[in-house]
Amino acid sequence: MNDQENPYGWLADEHSDDHRWAYGTGFTDPLAGIDTTVPDGVDADALAAYCLAVGDDALIYSHRLQQWITRLPELEEETAIANIALDLLGQARMLLARAGTILGRSEDELAFFRDEADFRNVRLVEPLDGDFADLVGRLLVFSSWRLALFERLAGSPDPVLAAIGAKGVNELAYHRDYAAQWVVRLGDGTELSTQRMQAALLRLWPLVDELFRAHPGDLAPIQRGEVDVVLDTVFATAGLARPDAAPLAYVGGRAGRDGVHTEAFGYVLAELQNVARAHPDATW
Amino acid sequence: MVTAAESTWEVAAATPDPELPTVTIGELGILRAVDETPDGVVVTITPTYSGCPAMREISADVERRLRAAGHLDVQVRTALAPAWSTDWITAEGHRKLAAAGIAPPAPARHRSGPVPLTLGSRPAVRCPRCGSVDTVLAAAFGSTACKALHRCRACAEPFEAVKPI
Repeated sequence: MNDQENPYGWLADEHSDDHRWAYGTGFTDPLAGIDTTVPDGVDADALAAYCLAVGDDALIYSHRLQQWITRLPELEEETAIANIALDLLGQARMLLARAGTILGRSEDELAFFRDEADFRNVRLVEPLDGDFADLVGRLLVFSSWRLALFERLAGSPDPVLAAIGAKGVNELAYHRDYAAQWVVRLGDGTELSTQRMQAALLRLWPLVDELFRAHPGDLAPIQRGEVDVVLDTVFATAGLARPDAAPLAYVGGRAGRDGVHTEAFGYVLAELQNVARAHPDATW
Repeated sequence: MVTAAESTWEVAAATPDPELPTVTIGELGILRAVDETPDGVVVTITPTYSGCPAMREISADVERRLRAAGHLDVQVRTALAPAWSTDWITAEGHRKLAAAGIAPPAPARHRSGPVPLTLGSRPAVRCPRCGSVDTVLAAAFGSTACKALHRCRACAEPFEAVKPI
């Protein structure tokens, strides 16, 4: 392969800051060159708040998935979870960038320099997974719900949000299939794996209700029945029971979408923001 | 060597994909448009997946190639819609992928309504080495976002395949 064909060859002789490989200083704007004018008839503030909420879901959950890297049982699962986390990080970047075009803030400012109460993610994405069953159980619920949501967003009156939604559908469907196949394998596996998969779902269940609870800022509410159809198919195939557990309480009528989070959230956010806050504007 | 006879489209399209350098962005369908405007050349590219880490790299490489071909004012833009599909990979792209031992994608499923859940096995992928369809999915995810890992039972070799989306 000669230098003309080698996509990396030219990196060796060109070192300006704006020509560095993706993991260097700064990132390209994921919406570069896209018309980010908010169309007439769309409430820009409501759109920004909504993009932030759905972007925060992906940002925090991606980080929780990344915490599994180097700790998974097999190399294939390492690759899978890393890829899923990358897809969600990509969705988060575009959604935060979309919110940022309206709020006048960069995606990095929004990700790294907001405090806990300014995040709008649902509480489902906050806990640390205790075992592999927790991982695949939450991934199944999250991706089934988000897939229904993104199919709805594909019809958004904001063309940028619509494009982000349409693009994410294939990704989320693939994540859901991966998680569903693991839930079936564990549920329909040994006595121990069945018991642990069922226990994981029971731990998760109090957080599921919030995904479907009406919220004034929700531009694309999803009916629980739409998602339950999918989950019930998986559970029936896996020989698992849909848990019956009381929803995690709201605090004064407020939860994740209002900036009220669980104890686990402070820890994951601190890990996510630590380097950026300790060394603001650092380059490497 | 770039010659003056090459169109701006040809120059941009010849940019290799950083993650699959055997194929170009033209063959992958990542390059969407090249417009020659009074303000310079405007190139439009689209990411394969939302988290594609190569967009910056591709953008810088396209710009460098066009400059080398004498086009000093180059802008590279992103388009998100319509979402990239493996159906946009050209016949030449399919041929090069297979020659590199990567099974090219089957046509993407077109659907209306909700995406159906896949709990069983997916359709078998043809082994790019021996041509057998006696293959199994070894891992749903591969070394890059666009590929999965398969294994051929006939020739016993593992191979990557581009996931149809």
